Amino acid sequence: MAQQQKAVDVVLVGLGWTNAIMGMELAQEGLNVLALERGEDRDTVPDFAYPKMADELTYGVRYKLMVKPAKSTITVRHSLTETAVPYRHLGSFLPGDGVGGAGTHWNGHTWRPMPEELRLRSYVEETFGKNIMPMDMTIQDYGVSYEELEPHFDFFDKVLGVSGKAGNINGKIQAGGNPFEGPRSNEYPLPPLKRTLNDDLFTEAAKAQGLHPFPLPSSNASEAYTNPYGMQLGPCNFCGFCERYGCINYSKASPQTSILGALKQHKNFAYRTGCEVIKVNLADDKKTAIGVTYIDGNGEEVFQPAKIVVVGTFAYNNVRLLLLSGIGQPYDPVSNTGTVGRNYAYQMMGGATLFFKDKVFNPFIGAGSNATTVDDFAINQIDFAKEGFIGGSYLLAAQTNGQPIRNLPLPQGSPSWGTGWKKAAKDYYGHSMTISSHGSNMSYRDCYLSLDPNYKDNHGLPLLRLTFDWKENDLRMTQFMKNKVGALAKGLNPDFLKMSFKDIGTHYDVRPYQSTHNVGGAIMGTDPKTSVLNRYQQSWDVHNVFVLGSSSFPQNLQYNPTMLVGALAYWSAKAIREQYLKHPGPLVQA
Amino acid sequence: MKRNLIMMLLPLALLATTEAQAFDKATIDKGEYLSRAGDCIACHSIPGGKPFAGGLAIDSPFGKIYSTNITPSKTAGIGNYTLAQFDAALRHGKRADGSNLYPAMPYPDYAMLTADDVKALYAYFMDGVTAVDQKAPETALSFPFNQRWGISFWNWMFANDKAYQAKTSKSDSFNRGAYLVQGLGHCGSCHSPRGIAFQEKGYDESDNSFLSGGKIGIWTAPSLRGGDKGALANWSKAEIVDYLANGRNDTTAVAGEMTSVIEHSLSYLSQDDLAAIADYLKSLPGDGNSLAMTAAATKKTSDELDSAKVGINSGARLYLDSCGACHFTQGQGAARVFPKLDGNALVNAKDPSGLIHVVLAGARLPSTKGAPEALAMPAFGWRLNDDEVAQLLTFVRHAWNNQAPAVTAADVAKVRQTIPQTVMNATRP
Repeated sequence: MAQQQKAVDVVLVGLGWTNAIMGMELAQEGLNVLALERGEDRDTVPDFAYPKMADELTYGVRYKLMVKPAKSTITVRHSLTETAVPYRHLGSFLPGDGVGGAGTHWNGHTWRPMPEELRLRSYVEETFGKNIMPMDMTIQDYGVSYEELEPHFDFFDKVLGVSGKAGNINGKIQAGGNPFEGPRSNEYPLPPLKRTLNDDLFTEAAKAQGLHPFPLPSSNASEAYTNPYGMQLGPCNFCGFCERYGCINYSKASPQTSILGALKQHKNFAYRTGCEVIKVNLADDKKTAIGVTYIDGNGEEVFQPAKIVVVGTFAYNNVRLLLLSGIGQPYDPVSNTGTVGRNYAYQMMGGATLFFKDKVFNPFIGAGSNATTVDDFAINQIDFAKEGFIGGSYLLAAQTNGQPIRNLPLPQGSPSWGTGWKKAAKDYYGHSMTISSHGSNMSYRDCYLSLDPNYKDNHGLPLLRLTFDWKENDLRMTQFMKNKVGALAKGLNPDFLKMSFKDIGTHYDVRPYQSTHNVGGAIMGTDPKTSVLNRYQQSWDVHNVFVLGSSSFPQNLQYNPTMLVGALAYWSAKAIREQYLKHPGPLVQA
Repeated sequence: MKRNLIMMLLPLALLATTEAQAFDKATIDKGEYLSRAGDCIACHSIPGGKPFAGGLAIDSPFGKIYSTNITPSKTAGIGNYTLAQFDAALRHGKRADGSNLYPAMPYPDYAMLTADDVKALYAYFMDGVTAVDQKAPETALSFPFNQRWGISFWNWMFANDKAYQAKTSKSDSFNRGAYLVQGLGHCGSCHSPRGIAFQEKGYDESDNSFLSGGKIGIWTAPSLRGGDKGALANWSKAEIVDYLANGRNDTTAVAGEMTSVIEHSLSYLSQDDLAAIADYLKSLPGDGNSLAMTAAATKKTSDELDSAKVGINSGARLYLDSCGACHFTQGQGAARVFPKLDGNALVNAKDPSGLIHVVLAGARLPSTKGAPEALAMPAFGWRLNDDEVAQLLTFVRHAWNNQAPAVTAADVAKVRQTIPQTVMNATRP
């Protein structure tokens, strides 16, 4: 018999970016809000305190801030005919653990999606005709427009304290910014980060080729900053410990630095750590949720009654919780029925490393989003019909860190161990820069998430199974980017050039890190037959369940997802505050 | 759903009004506000304990004095006090049984209070505070300090018993500020020097030593005199208000005992009252002790640090490795986030104990409504030994424009003894 806790108005599952936002919005509304976080409590001090965070082995290599696969993992396979096996060592994606979630260990790249990306299927069909869509590509529209989200992008910019240069303010193109971005109502809250040598070289090379370089929008604060909640960021000192680390310096926007202190001022907000939610409990008619069941730190099962349930964990965990709870119909790619698990997508990246004997880059002067980028090969700039693929990438020259274990690139042919390796390391440490492409990934009928029939977790519940592989469309896209990056790199005339792009026929490899940007599985949309959530991220089936995070994306963006994830959380919160509380029920009639 | 919530809350609201029958809500609220201005909770509660239940041990030169339970409990608190008895205790240090309170309770300051404010405080403590039927420990000082009658003599010699007289030549804001600072705020308790019998030297601006700096435990309570050549001469009124409301401003951040004063009390005051306090402090002339600041002095140290040509075991090297990430080579920190060390009062305090404490134990800003982020500096006590802290702080106290005496390893060792190892280890890997 499960213990039962006192009922609350709202229970938040997870306490990362999305539920920090939702917690704030609903606490402001006066509701009694409780967050349940599976991991530990975390704060800048003591958890990220200098100098312990600057320990690459502990945090960068051994993933101290991430979910441990022994406790929670997924199984992976390439196709419907294979047997999936567990992901036992983190690589391809790095789900954060503890308060703040993955929002504590990100790099701070803060892009808005393109307006076209939010209505991708319509954009492609209107511009290039229905016939260009490859068979079984299942891309969709989000059901919410860029214009509807703009006020939320703008507010989240201010919450994060984004450092950058606008390219389009209310339709007017601004010099020095991204001329291809959707219109913004305001300039970024902070000026761009200071530039490093790689930025200058890339800027020159890009301009020489007629491209439009601009500073990467960054949630590493370029100056001291106070956000609309009164939360404060300190100026980034370019220590280079962002991705996989908590910020020592209050410089990187995270739930801790941007929201939680202000949220804790609300007496009607509380959170409990060490609480792993295993089920959303439904009423007998399955139309509403009555609360959640979690396992507490002592291994006891606890029932937490609530009137609204907001699921805001790492993307694929959201999907698993819906499947375990029986919310919505599980997706079946064979019969093409059901929705939960449908349209899982990842991201497509490639990169070039440029070595210069006579240039010193001082790579230990870096920040997670210290970079110069071009967006000339973005989704709204490419003729898909001509190039033979759907998608796009931004290109970037980034100098994020000089950590010696994971960031010691050597020219091709250098020995990988022994005296020869030592000599090469000495010769080339600090003499290289990178140019990479960060791109979209389309969704397909047979790339999806489901409960694994064989493997169970420590509570005896089935693990989530990922079925995914690269498709020719996306590989063609990255090959197109390879040419663009190659041209830029050659323009800089390096002594050695190392290119790393996936060739046609490459299969997905879950071991190497390639951006942790998982999307889909609990997607939003306009039709309950092809989406799990309506345009407000509200479950079509259980109206008092809202699901936040990139699990809502029907296919992946060419950009990093945090800005869209945050703006969608504000969008849902607004719908709850202004519509749902007055008239609890489905916000969209299907 | 929202309506349901309001329905759920209604019975609570009704309950509150029935309980508060003796005084109207406005008076009780005013009393609560004034109790914040007086920081009553700081002494009359123990950390994590019930509000106003007393029991905090206050170190005095004569021994531990325990604060009393001032909840409306009839058995353990002041529930049986009449307004007149409450007034006698608050303003004249007389208990209901007629015996004297120890002047650890700042009744000589509270003597300034108006009758209306005393009544509002009474209303709050009778009807706005939850009764706690738990007696606070008795204060038991040794002879002769256990002879409370002797305090009458002290009161006759040193205590003040005049209510605040507004100065017609001054603005309303000055008068309000003076009333708050001298009276309920009892700022002089910490920030004025003490005389031979531990009395505050002066209770208002007529005395030059009033608010010219004092001590509280190991902490230096700096001079608050903000006029020409005063310690706060370089602070604008807005900076004073920001500091009082939030524990931080463009140049500095609170540390030590003042942190809880801001968190539990001053951050609740209105902007007008805080501005009045700033007005008053800015009116207090300085005694020429303010630090002269030049850009050249700042540059000299920052050039040295920027060159990185510093001794391998030097204080400068320790600074670069441990402090530079936030306070930077220019020692300017970052507005409202990392305090400026160049010219900082804590850095330049004659007694380095408070500064040493910050380095060994770290420090955390209060979370206030206006500045909710409890920004913290990690503890370095687990990582730096006494000698290193001494070297580091000697460097910092001579760096940029700072001019303060050197710190010895013995100074550090003394402060280290007062800090639990767990506090210093909290940020250890």
